[in-house]
Amino acid sequence: MTNNFDNEGDMTARLYRSLQLVRRAEEVIADIYPSDKIKSPVHLSIGQEAVAVGICDALRADDVVSGTYRSHASYIAKGGDLNAMFAELYGKATGCAGGKAGSMHLIDMGNNVMGSSAVVGTTVPIALGYALAIKRRQEDRIVVTFFGDGATEEGVFHESLNFAALKQLPVLFVCENNQYAIHQPLAKRWATDRICERVETYDIPTARFPDSNVESIRNHAHDAIKGIRAGGGPSFMECVTYRWREHVGPGEDYDAGYRRQSDLKNWRDKDEVARLGNALDDGMRARIDAEVELEIAAAVDFAEQSPFPPIEELHSHVVAD
Amino acid sequence: MSSPTENGRVVTYVDALLEAMGQEMRRDEDVFLFGLDVDDHKGIQGSTVGLVDEFGPDRVFTTPLSEDAMTGVAIGAAMAGMRPVHVHIRMDFLMLCMNQLINMAAKSHYMYDGQVSVPMVVRAMIGKSWGQGAQHSQGLHSLLMHIPGLKVVAPSNAYDAKGCLTTAIRDNNPVIFVEHRLLYFTDAYVPEESYTVPFGQARTVRQGGDITIVGVSNMLVECLRAQELLEEEGISAEVIDPVSLVPLDIDTITASAARTGRLLVVDNAWTNCGASAEIVAGVVERTEVPLMARRMGYAPTTCPTTPVLEDEFYPNPVTIAEKAYAMVRPRADAWHPDPERAKLAYQAQFRGPF
Repeated sequence: MTNNFDNEGDMTARLYRSLQLVRRAEEVIADIYPSDKIKSPVHLSIGQEAVAVGICDALRADDVVSGTYRSHASYIAKGGDLNAMFAELYGKATGCAGGKAGSMHLIDMGNNVMGSSAVVGTTVPIALGYALAIKRRQEDRIVVTFFGDGATEEGVFHESLNFAALKQLPVLFVCENNQYAIHQPLAKRWATDRICERVETYDIPTARFPDSNVESIRNHAHDAIKGIRAGGGPSFMECVTYRWREHVGPGEDYDAGYRRQSDLKNWRDKDEVARLGNALDDGMRARIDAEVELEIAAAVDFAEQSPFPPIEELHSHVVAD
Repeated sequence: MSSPTENGRVVTYVDALLEAMGQEMRRDEDVFLFGLDVDDHKGIQGSTVGLVDEFGPDRVFTTPLSEDAMTGVAIGAAMAGMRPVHVHIRMDFLMLCMNQLINMAAKSHYMYDGQVSVPMVVRAMIGKSWGQGAQHSQGLHSLLMHIPGLKVVAPSNAYDAKGCLTTAIRDNNPVIFVEHRLLYFTDAYVPEESYTVPFGQARTVRQGGDITIVGVSNMLVECLRAQELLEEEGISAEVIDPVSLVPLDIDTITASAARTGRLLVVDNAWTNCGASAEIVAGVVERTEVPLMARRMGYAPTTCPTTPVLEDEFYPNPVTIAEKAYAMVRPRADAWHPDPERAKLAYQAQFRGPF
């Protein structure tokens, strides 16, 4: 398993390894998908990896992340168990939720990955509740809540900003602004694109990353988290990024007409996975790539070999003992 | 006064809630209390008054008017191992919490395969009378009963209020705790020491052989008055308080209904797809003997404010007694008890305004 929490050694190699693991894991998912072995709708982050990878590199293992239905990236980047994730997509008993969650509800509490939700905005206040407990217990951990641009339109997002600022909760808000809610562009949904300005009115410091440069995100998060850990209250980051594939499913959908192939080309030209890979020497890159492929192949094999849950599992965990 | 026990002192429902809350907060550091106005001078009609002085503002705090996010905060804190109690001074406000309650609180333990549990309590008060109107009066427990993963309890007296709140706080699941404004100043014997009332165990409050009457929440009080009126006519009604609606002790109700052959369920809610429908269906599915079953609840309308119409909106001891009488003596002439004699204690005591 990759370890992003050992923040030692060469940062470029470390970030590249994590980026490549997320990218390749999702490409493999897309490859497997037509076989119908994955029995769960997948919302891929291909093209958006730098956000989760940059943020998670600045976290400690005991920090907590909370994601969305598009959370393969944050799950993997935070160190979520890859075998359990693939098994979950396959609906197997060894999945991170025993096959009851699927892609949209990944969880790995052992690695401090909170469960994700299919309903936009829903996990944001839940992350705050976790942070409230951390603060009450006077721990110095923090919680990152990842959400998309669409979530910022939900009332609960604004309720959450207000409460986090009011209670000075140890929370880092990370908006993965991929500019589309399903097929609807920001221009059809936002009166203005000044989301950081909106957030600042709650006295929450903000930063915007127009190209989602992974080192910029990582370094800003590192500094912001220091302040949050020290009791300085929440912080907000808007990371503008781009989803290369369709909203749900493995394919591309540029023929649908709601966005342009030229936009994809612009974002592909500044692909962070390729940029960091090219920055490494060939030997290092080849070694990382080989390790990543082995890790993913092992996870796929684990998922394929694992049994489906027994029928009795339908009725387990309806209520807690 | 209707008391399941004769131990302890006579205590009001509201003081029983306060006592349970204080005892649980003393017992477990992870219990905290929040919701709009829980720390003000009125303290939710007195049910939280003074707790902030003892436990401090980290454990007893008011909230922004953000019911949706605050419910999420409760869920997240519960997932982190705390035991939040979230108070709503009217149940109608739960409509702002439904995404969090139904999509997350109810489902997380199952959806995440037991990796987390959500031990939280949602206290929700139903209002009635003196012009509470359309959005301060709704008994919405049935909406929540529908969803696997939520427990729903509706104690009808001070003893059960204290015991059920204690049980709810210690439960590892989300519990919707249904209170009724008019029960707040009813009293019962309540032991001073901490105790629990088990969920899923109905209470047979009066024994009888002619008809089984089930009353939910404050309708239990109205049913008891109806039972007294019926007794004067020589009709012996068995009155059952389900206490908890999920889990529901359908067996106790079924056994009684099978014995009396008549079942009248009176809910403090609409009957359509309601708790009353569930109880009747559950009994019918479990019994082989012929059974006459009827339901009573709110009129199928929105609750009006003017007393003339509002009185007509709710079942009351007279209408309950009349319905039961007609079920037991279908061929007798209609019987109309004296409305003055049907008055409940709170109607004599309560002068308004709220």
